[in-house]
Amino acid sequence: MTGYIIKRLIAMVVTLWFIITLTFFLMHSIPGSPFNEERNTSEAVQRNLESFYHLDKPLYVQYGMYLKSVVTFDFGPSIKKSSQTVNEMLGRGFPVSFELGIITLTVAVISGIALGIIAALRHNGFIDYLAMTIAVLGISVPNFVLATLLIQQLAVNLAILPVATWSSPKHMILPTLALATGPMAIIARLTRSSMLEVLTQDYIKTAKAKGLSPVKIVFKHALRNALLPVVTVLGSLAASILTGTFVIEKIFAIPGMGKYFVESINTRDYPVIMGTTVFYSSILIIMLFLVDIAYGVLDPRIKLHKKEAS
Amino acid sequence: MEKVLEVKDLQVTFTTYGGEVQAVRGVSFDLYKGETLAIVGESGCGKSVTSQSVMRLIPSPPGRIADGAVLFKGKDLTKLKESEMRDIRGADISMIFQDPMTALNPTITIGEQIIEGIMQHESISRQNARKKALEMLNLVGIPNPSERLKHYPHQFSGGMRQRIVIAMALVCEPEVLIADEPTTALDVTIQAQILDLFKDIQKKTGVSIIIITHDLGVVAQVADRIAVMYAGKIVEAGERREIFYNPQHPYTKGLLNSVPRLDLDGADLIPIGGSPPDLFAPPAGCPFAARCGYAMEVCDRVYPYKTHLSRDHHVDCWLQDERAQKMLASVK
Amino acid sequence: MELRKQHDNRNLAPDIPDDWFVPKAKDENEAEAVVRPSLSYWQDAWRRLLKNKLAMAGLFFLIALAFMAIFGPMISPHSVSQQSLTNQNLPPSSKYWFGTDELGRDVFARTWYGARISLFVGIVAAMIDFAIGVIYGGIAGYKGGRTDNAMMRVVEILYGLPYLLVVILISVVMGPGLFTIIFALSVTGWIGMARIVRGQVLQIKNYEFVLASKTFGTKTSRIIRKNLLPNTMGPIIVQMTLTVPSAIFAEAFLSFLGLGIQPPFASWGSMASDGLSTILSGHWWRLFFPAFFISLTMFSFNVLGDGLQDALDPKLRR
Repeated sequence: MTGYIIKRLIAMVVTLWFIITLTFFLMHSIPGSPFNEERNTSEAVQRNLESFYHLDKPLYVQYGMYLKSVVTFDFGPSIKKSSQTVNEMLGRGFPVSFELGIITLTVAVISGIALGIIAALRHNGFIDYLAMTIAVLGISVPNFVLATLLIQQLAVNLAILPVATWSSPKHMILPTLALATGPMAIIARLTRSSMLEVLTQDYIKTAKAKGLSPVKIVFKHALRNALLPVVTVLGSLAASILTGTFVIEKIFAIPGMGKYFVESINTRDYPVIMGTTVFYSSILIIMLFLVDIAYGVLDPRIKLHKKEAS
Repeated sequence: MEKVLEVKDLQVTFTTYGGEVQAVRGVSFDLYKGETLAIVGESGCGKSVTSQSVMRLIPSPPGRIADGAVLFKGKDLTKLKESEMRDIRGADISMIFQDPMTALNPTITIGEQIIEGIMQHESISRQNARKKALEMLNLVGIPNPSERLKHYPHQFSGGMRQRIVIAMALVCEPEVLIADEPTTALDVTIQAQILDLFKDIQKKTGVSIIIITHDLGVVAQVADRIAVMYAGKIVEAGERREIFYNPQHPYTKGLLNSVPRLDLDGADLIPIGGSPPDLFAPPAGCPFAARCGYAMEVCDRVYPYKTHLSRDHHVDCWLQDERAQKMLASVK
Repeated sequence: MELRKQHDNRNLAPDIPDDWFVPKAKDENEAEAVVRPSLSYWQDAWRRLLKNKLAMAGLFFLIALAFMAIFGPMISPHSVSQQSLTNQNLPPSSKYWFGTDELGRDVFARTWYGARISLFVGIVAAMIDFAIGVIYGGIAGYKGGRTDNAMMRVVEILYGLPYLLVVILISVVMGPGLFTIIFALSVTGWIGMARIVRGQVLQIKNYEFVLASKTFGTKTSRIIRKNLLPNTMGPIIVQMTLTVPSAIFAEAFLSFLGLGIQPPFASWGSMASDGLSTILSGHWWRLFFPAFFISLTMFSFNVLGDGLQDALDPKLRR
């Protein structure tokens, strides 16, 4: 197990380094300076600005400084909002985004698993079809469309929920709903198919032959094995929820990191883009790492080498 | 001898997208205390379905016990409520499956898997259940059992796992043990050990065993009586010696001829040509007629009646009819 | 041996005419003829797919959508970019079937024009994923050993990259546009396919028919083409049916961020994104039509993919 963790840890660091480097060189491959676009700055001012942001140094020096800044977790000042640093933006936006993300993930996981189990146990019955129809619809509708429809119907037409912002639990319902539907649908489908497969396994037959009750068979023998594949997708689901927060935060005017990120894209604020990308990537990569470790703990068969027979 | 289990005219059908499959078509047999009955046949003949129907473990839907009775201690198991049936499974009748690699839950320790069975059926403390599990593991020959209880299935070899599966099945001292191809997935040397274990345990506990297999070698080693199944019917049954030395059904003869034998040096192996009939539409007559070297006109049209050759030995074949005997004599 | 015989149902026997007790006329083929006609893997899969109503509905919708993407803009009496200041934001009518947008352009024509772009993005992205993934995964799985190890290490690193973030980053750098989107989607998109292909190849290459081929000295490229690919096709097809909608989704997401297809061109994603702001002013048709067709496409590909998965899964063969 320790060997496995170390191996995964190294892979994680390499991936992090890779994304940091990729981000850096991609950003620096954009032709021209970020300052000569809208503002008609004079030559001298522009040179001053470039030296302030170290843009006049050779690329490898900039790369070295950038790596250092990432390691020390200091992403420098924003270009477009010169009074703010990227760290300040992250500090302000992240707690909100984190809250949105965690609530969404929790809602999606719990409801998705529940829906999947019910569908599997009522295989080919009415409930199964109903649950899977909901799931397929959930996967089919883009979250920005769903969010808009929810606002229009529940907030504007019926006026039972607030239109935007993130100020009270009541405000959180619509954004969470809009963001959680897709991941919930994915988890529900996965849980169902995995559950159905597990229920045909010999060890389930063995458990039945022992005279165990259906409840025990489902919850003790089937569920744990059925949820293993669900655990493996948690990492990529977290990623999709995270990118989903960009959309949801913009639509619901939630002051999270996603909002800053989308703004920075629109204004081409490179330090902010780089900072947030690296920050997001780190979170996701750490998340993937944790999921892998969790998988190793849940599945006693995993020791050193990973699922070969999946 | 005391009858433990009595299966009467059991019929099992499966509903599939291609139609109704009549997997078991009127099977009857008795099981006596302390004996081993082998049900023999090629794959798809309905032997596994028969055994799972006794336990009411066929997946339903699509499977269904259409008719017949399974009498255990005077109770008809096919009529019991599911909850009553659960009290019987594992406690009175146990079952072990073909592949020990998949029969154990990979994410639960084997100790827990044995103990949960005991706790299900007996009001007993966890400690005592654990003690019982230890005794059982000892009995089936698992070395260092108190340590091994904490291990997961993947930490055992195939033979060891089958021993664990057997321990699990016997831990509540059932009267009947149904073993569905218990040695098929194992190495030949391990097979012999496991079969010895069956005999040993039977001697110690007096359990009655139904062993399902296609392997006549296994049958020769452990069975007291043999039932030969073909296309959902028992076509011949009898004591081991009767079946091995005086087989009457052409199918039984064919099976015996297709097994290598040391005592018949140099004799050629003769495979049975063709394959079993489609059970979507079973033939009206004898299902083996299409492959049978002795087939007569009557065989295709009417299913043969049962002929008793001795107390235990009976066969469903038209060749037993006097007119067929006469015809055969005249041909010679 | 003389045996005392007992006949259970003796009374049955006399009904049967004596002349039936003659050896049966031999028919050599009869024993074999009883067997059900065997179907090839693909025939069997196809038959199973045909029985899946939902998957067939998906297939039908996809064909209809493709048809409309080709002919839709021609059917419309209005051209895609024709603006009309007098006909702004009109609701659907007999003249403008899906209404008009804020520049008076025909939403019907633009929807089908957008379908071309969206479907193009999805299909091209899936094809690129397929090409790279099959080659990469095929080589890794087939060579095995150290090659596989090194190649999979690379995949492992790339797999950790957040897909959409990389896509956003590349789009920011390269500037928005059709080519950028497809490029950005392909950069990390092939990894899933490569993993699947590798897993399949690893499994199948040890099957006996492949080993047999090898002992005949068949060339590697031929073994891959003739033996491995056809047998890995099932999961690959399923993966492709799921790649197309996810690419269309990603394009819509980029459009929402302003990194999608730029005007005057349109995709479903960019139209839906433009339509978002208008819904509160009551111009529901501007969001509804593109969003509906995105959803329908997603739905169709998903149910078709599910159906294919069930149909191609050999474990379910009866």
